[in-house]
Amino acid sequence: MVAELGHFALILALVIAAVQATVPLIGAQTGSNAWMAVARPAASAQFGFVALAFAALTYSFVISDFSVTTVAQNSHTMKPLIYKMSGVWGNHEGSLLLWILILTLFGGAVAWFGNNLPPGLRARVLAVQAMIGVGFLSFILLTSNPFERILDAPFEGAGLNPLLQDPGLAFHPPFLYLGYVGFSMAFSFAVAALIEGRVDPAWARWVRPWTLAAWIFLTTGVVLGSWWAYYELGWGGFWFWDPVENASFMPWLAGTALLHSAIVVERRDTLKSWTILLAILTFSLSLLGTFIVRSGILTSVHAFATDPERGYFILGFLVLVTGGSLVLFAVRAPALKSGGVFAPISREGALVLNNLLLATATATVLLGTLYPLLLDMFTGKKVSVGAPFFEATFFPLMAPLLAAAVFGPMLPWKRGDLLGAFQRLRTAFFVSAGIALSVWVFVSGGSWLSTLGIALGAWLVAGSFASVAERIKLLRAPISETFRRAVHLPRSAWGMTLAHTGLGIFLLGGTIMLTWQSEAIQVMRPGETVTVAGYDLTFQGVGEIPGPNYMAQRALFSVYRNGEAFTNLLPEKRAYVSSSMITTEAGIRATWTGDLYAVIGDADGKGGWSTRFFFKPFVHWMWAGASIMVLGGIVSLTDRRHRVGAPARRRKSASVPAATPAPQMAGE
Amino acid sequence: MRVRPMAYMPPVMFAVVAVALGVGLTLKPREIPSALIGQPAPAFDLPAVDGTPNGFTNADLIGHVSIVNVFASWCVPCRIEHPLWVEVGDGGLVAVYGLNYKDSRENATKWLEDFGNPFTEIGADLNGRVGVDWGVYGVPETFVVDAQGRIQLKFIGPIDRYTLENEILPMVRGLQAQMIAEGPAE
Repeated sequence: MVAELGHFALILALVIAAVQATVPLIGAQTGSNAWMAVARPAASAQFGFVALAFAALTYSFVISDFSVTTVAQNSHTMKPLIYKMSGVWGNHEGSLLLWILILTLFGGAVAWFGNNLPPGLRARVLAVQAMIGVGFLSFILLTSNPFERILDAPFEGAGLNPLLQDPGLAFHPPFLYLGYVGFSMAFSFAVAALIEGRVDPAWARWVRPWTLAAWIFLTTGVVLGSWWAYYELGWGGFWFWDPVENASFMPWLAGTALLHSAIVVERRDTLKSWTILLAILTFSLSLLGTFIVRSGILTSVHAFATDPERGYFILGFLVLVTGGSLVLFAVRAPALKSGGVFAPISREGALVLNNLLLATATATVLLGTLYPLLLDMFTGKKVSVGAPFFEATFFPLMAPLLAAAVFGPMLPWKRGDLLGAFQRLRTAFFVSAGIALSVWVFVSGGSWLSTLGIALGAWLVAGSFASVAERIKLLRAPISETFRRAVHLPRSAWGMTLAHTGLGIFLLGGTIMLTWQSEAIQVMRPGETVTVAGYDLTFQGVGEIPGPNYMAQRALFSVYRNGEAFTNLLPEKRAYVSSSMITTEAGIRATWTGDLYAVIGDADGKGGWSTRFFFKPFVHWMWAGASIMVLGGIVSLTDRRHRVGAPARRRKSASVPAATPAPQMAGE
Repeated sequence: MRVRPMAYMPPVMFAVVAVALGVGLTLKPREIPSALIGQPAPAFDLPAVDGTPNGFTNADLIGHVSIVNVFASWCVPCRIEHPLWVEVGDGGLVAVYGLNYKDSRENATKWLEDFGNPFTEIGADLNGRVGVDWGVYGVPETFVVDAQGRIQLKFIGPIDRYTLENEILPMVRGLQAQMIAEGPAE
């Protein structure tokens, strides 16, 4: 009954989406306020029905209603409640429903908080958003109905993939989707602006916070995923350059570029068509990611329910969305007036460089991801493109980007002075060069690449600090003046500084970890001791510990440092009851200088166990750096400009052929 | 209205990508495993892992029934199934070959020293190219190859005693009986 309710709610949502996709658009073209006014209640209703469907599916999971196919295939009565709920999106159908829920949530947000958007723009944005909704709702209803019933329901479900029964992964997909789908807002705004034939700073003021919010979620999602890979997969790595990881990384790169180019549109009223194009491409890359994950077109470790039929559907949708919007762009973009001019050495110039490098990096990752497919198509050869390709192509693009990231904020708009900027950054330069040099001289085991990594990381941190220090006149003005300036410095400036600093810390952590990690793999018998990075790990034995829906073999390692007891590590191997699958839980002890990481393998049948230890120096700097980047995004999002939103303004746009007949506005 | 040819570049480029994706869907890389069943094993010639005498080529698979086990030192499930392979290797009933997938030479050598080497020959597939030809997408994977060098069974993931005794060994015995009935391969 509940499942059927959910199903009907989805059908209603589809019908509403179809109305919302057409009526407000016609209203905006003909200047009919009544028709445009359909958009807001429709968006709310669409969200309401999808939320109802989502609640119905969650309920079916919580009560373990195994007559629903999705529940029977992905849940189990013995699962803890939290994983029953996260099981909702641990499968193709449910995750698609979550995707749609978030899509309609964003649409609803425009309806609820878009009071000061010009009504024409708002109607068009909501119409475009609803078109995407129509696509995905038809997709779920036609190919992937989560509410399908089984005639004779099994007594017990097949269980969720045990790898997914983990707090890190339970919340990885929702954040990732919030990011992916968040970029749909920028896309809808871009298409609406193309239809309208007008992009102004008010438009950018609206697009930026949405893009920023999506970026924050996507960053969080990607980091949660790689953190999970780090402690759960038990091999100590965190990034594979796997097609599915790339699928989330490409929109991240493009979204980061969009974040930066939208600043130029907002502040300087230029780079408009490029920003529009980026908004279209960013969301298209999100769709491409969905396509790659769900069609099974590329071989990946991320096994998902794959089905070529679904692949064709998403591909068709991708062609409609991306192809349609790009053609619209080709027709309409030349009509967009470009604004202020600027010299190559200027804040705008630096942001253009940022965009060029990020766009090239995105293209590189795209090429590497699709290359096996293209080669297979033309030559029939099957290859896998791995880390060496990406390391050789991606990092050389990042180095100048990171170096320039410090200069950009030091340059004024319109026209800047590189030498002057450098002079103001010389302390930061000497500090970072000094750090890199002393690491090069005093620490063995590094390479020129690791030195470069450290130099760039330190440069980002020191340079970001220097730019804030200058703006608040640190040490050059009385402390009260500095304090006053710090308080009045816009939140977006603080946000940028935090994000760039976080990136630097991330880079430092990653470089140090990859360069100086130590590792030991061996068979140990109870009582034996192995030394890693100055820690003596004594194997005390293995015990059986029952979990809620698994049986764990838990090893105990006593760790000594300089003869003194330091800690105990308890890595586990879990055998899940429902799927006879085995997962590893690494035993990790964080220290100030890095993580001590232990994994227990299998018994050799002669009293020994395979064990693997790592010492990963500074690995927590990576997680900390990524968290600081996210924090920077959040701080920037609270900037006053974004909270107030775009002031509604009446503007004639007579120069554009198919512009709206100026709609009546609800006042300032 | 002005027309800028450059503005048409993005849709044209996208069209190329979309066509590639459409064709790609028909290639169905995930169906390789089933498509390989009954087919000759893809040709390869791999160097030995350090500490083992010979390399491993597809010629080694002709003339007797063999098992090919794809393993790696970084693969935890491989350790779980490895004792079973040591048992099979010691039994001498069937030749077990190892395909050491995307591994480093030192780690592989160390791993074999620690856990035992049940393999007749081992090929070091350092960049994973041969693994791709064989349709490997998870490690461990196990193939049963008949005396003509055709793949007859593919098993993904670690084997347990039940799988070994109820799926893999019966297949091996059946193929060995067939080989004896048909006479030696040319």
